[in-house]
This record gives sequence, structure tokens and C-alpha cells, in this order.
Amino acid sequence: MSADQTQLAFDWSCRIMSDNGCGFPAPGLHSFLFQPMFTVGGYEFNKVMLLALVTTLVVVTFFWAAFGKAKVVPGKLQMVGEAGYDFVRRGIVYETLGKREGEKWVPFMVSLFFFIWIMNIWSVIPLAQFPVASVFSFPLVLALVVWVLWVGLTFKRHGFVGFFKNITGYDKSLGAVLPLVMVIEFFSNLLVRPFTHAVRLFANMFAGHLMLVMFTVASWYLLNSWMIPAAGVSFVMTMAMIVFELFVQAVQAYVFVLLACSYIQGALAEHH
Amino acid sequence: MIANLAQLAAEEKQNPLIPAGPELLVGTIAFAIVFFFFWKKLLPNINKVLEERRAAIEGGIEEAEAMKVEAQSVLEQYKAQLAEARHEAARLRQEAQEQGATLIAEMRAEGQRQREEIVAAGHAQIEADRKVAASSLRQDVGKLATDLAGKLVGESLEDHARQSRVIDRFLDEIEDKATKAEAAR
Repeated sequence: MSADQTQLAFDWSCRIMSDNGCGFPAPGLHSFLFQPMFTVGGYEFNKVMLLALVTTLVVVTFFWAAFGKAKVVPGKLQMVGEAGYDFVRRGIVYETLGKREGEKWVPFMVSLFFFIWIMNIWSVIPLAQFPVASVFSFPLVLALVVWVLWVGLTFKRHGFVGFFKNITGYDKSLGAVLPLVMVIEFFSNLLVRPFTHAVRLFANMFAGHLMLVMFTVASWYLLNSWMIPAAGVSFVMTMAMIVFELFVQAVQAYVFVLLACSYIQGALAEHH
Repeated sequence: MIANLAQLAAEEKQNPLIPAGPELLVGTIAFAIVFFFFWKKLLPNINKVLEERRAAIEGGIEEAEAMKVEAQSVLEQYKAQLAEARHEAARLRQEAQEQGATLIAEMRAEGQRQREEIVAAGHAQIEADRKVAASSLRQDVGKLATDLAGKLVGESLEDHARQSRVIDRFLDEIEDKATKAEAAR
């Protein structure tokens, strides 16, 4: 089904006011489904997984080229890599965790940032044109990793009782409402947090991709008869959305890492 | 229409928030590889270089610091020498002034001495002249007085011995009077 709808969007005969009465092939959930490329032991391998692996390849290759033979006097590539590295290290990790505590989190946060960013950027790269993070599994995996690290660290730092005090925001001065607060905090921190952490990234990329597809398909669909100017408007919107998405992709990667850092920081903090 | 309905049904089954196992696995592996490279190889690499760079820059700063200190000491040395030279010049000037003053004083003293000598010589000369004049005057006055007296008295007072005795007595009287008059004044 989804394939039909997707194919219609590329069909020359399917445009507004065409004879066959073809409706607007609107993007929808089917835009996030892909035909399997091949099957491994009953499991399907599709374009999104491929893009995820290419992301790994791109990030590692770029930083290998930049930092593989790092020099004291940097070349252009190394300079760009250093700028990105420094941005995450100083701008996010040191800012939230401090230099002393933050140092050992730098590799994790740096890889997290660039992995997410490149996953998102596929959204506007020709041929790829799909943000990997708009498939929920990928943000979820990353959010779960952060969650596991955060919970583990909280246990390690505060012990069993301390863990629950930290998680539930235990504060005697709250008095009678303390049990209520503790229940809410427990759910919000332990159960809702990883979900919102993942959904924030997922939903942004999902919506962004829908918008891009919508305007792109519309540009094509409207390209007929006296609706051609409208197609022009739609095309301009497509361009504008591409620029906007480039911005959102970077911001969402930044926000994801920033939140990860602030969760870790909460685990490091002394409960009061 | 039927196809549309079927599609709707398929979309209802498709929930984007249900993760799929294979995707989770691929996502985990993809991220794990990135993290592994960053953690084990790339970031240690770049950190080493950044550390070296920091050391190099700090070394440069230290060198500059050392040079600054040296420049400072040279400047102070130079200033000290300059001050010393100024002192020396001032001392020499002072000395010259003092020497000049002594010279002038000596010359003044010498001038004074010479002037006094000249004045003294003048006085001596005048005294000698006065004495000569006085003795010659005494003879002349004696002779005149004798002549006058001879004429008045009418007798010759040629007798030399008596004559000169009278004259001397007369002149001594005059001198006495003069001396007395001077003392009285």
C-alpha cells in the first residue's frame, strides 16, 4: 500500500486537474516505511538501517581523517574537527558537569552528538533524504543508553537509599505532600524521562520529514495548468524548510546531548 | 476505495512509537562503533595533541616571560649606569666649581697682597721724599732765616758753629710746636 502511494507521488500523470482524478498523494506514516533491501535470518534490512550504518561510517571516517594523524599545527580538516570536538566538550559537557567530573563523559557525549547530528542530516542529503532519528527505535536506543548510565551512576554514587532519595526528590520540608511528590517524581524521573528524551528527538525529525515530503510532493503535484505558480510557492517552501531543518537537526542533537549531560549531572549532585 | 481502506487499516496497525527489534540492534551497533572509536582512538589522539599544543604555547609564554625579565634587568642596569654617570658629571661639575672658587679666592688674595705691597712701597717712597724735602727745606729755611736775621741784626752771623746751633734750636722749637699741635688735634 505504502509503495503505491509513494509511487503515485512520482507519477507524471498523477497531478492536480489531471484526467485520471488522482488525489494528492499526501505523505503519511507510509513515508516512514521502506521495502526491505534484503533479509537476514527472517529479519528485514532496510534503508534506515543502512543510513544508520553509513552514519557510523561517515562520523568515524571524518574524525579519523581529522584526528587520525593529529598535528600540533592543525590542517584544515583537523581544525574543523577540533572546533566540533571543542564545542561539545566545552560548550556542553564542561558547562554542565564541570571539568573534573565531565572529563570521562566527553567521549560518550561527543560521539552521541555527532552520531545524532549526522543521523539527522540525512534528511536533506539527496538520495538519502531521510532522517534516521525519525524512526523511533534509534532515538530510543540512545535514550536507553543514557538512562542506563544515569541510573547506574546514581546507584553507584548514592547507594540504594540514596538512589531513591535522588530519584524521588526526597525533601522533608515538603511535609504532608511529600509522598505525593515522591510518587510523581519517581514516575517522571525513572519512567517518563527516557521516553520524553527519545520522543523529543524522534518527533522533531518525524515532523520535519513530513513537512519536507509534503512540500516536495506538492511542488510536483501542483505543477499543472494554472496551478504552476502555486507549485513555485511550494518549491520555495521546500527550500526554506530545508534550511530550517538543517537548523533543527543541529539543535535537536545539541538538546539531546545537553539533556543527557543534565541527567548525569543530577546523578552526580549531592541530594539535599 | 477498497485499496484506500486497506491502506488506512495498515496505517492504523503501524504505530511509529513501537520500536522494531532489528532497528534497535542496528542503532545500538552503529552507535557503539562510533563511541568505541572516539573513546579508544580518536579523542585520546586529539587530546594528546591539544596537550602538546598547550605545552608549546605555555613554553612560548614562559620564554617570553624570561625575555621580559632579562630586558627588565638590562633596563635597570642601564638606568643605574645612567644615574651613576649623572652623579659623576654632577660631582665633576661641583669639583670644577669649587676649584674655580678657590682659584678666584687665591687670585683675589694675591691681588690684595700686591695692592698692599704697592701701597706700602708708595708710602715708603713718599716718606723718603718727605725726609729729603724736609732736610733740604731745613737748610734753605736756615740759610734764609740767617740771612734775614743778619740783615736785621746787622751783624754777621757767619760764624758757622754758632749759626747752626741757633738754627737747630729754632727748628726744633718749630717741630715741637708742630708735634704738639698734631697731638692736640
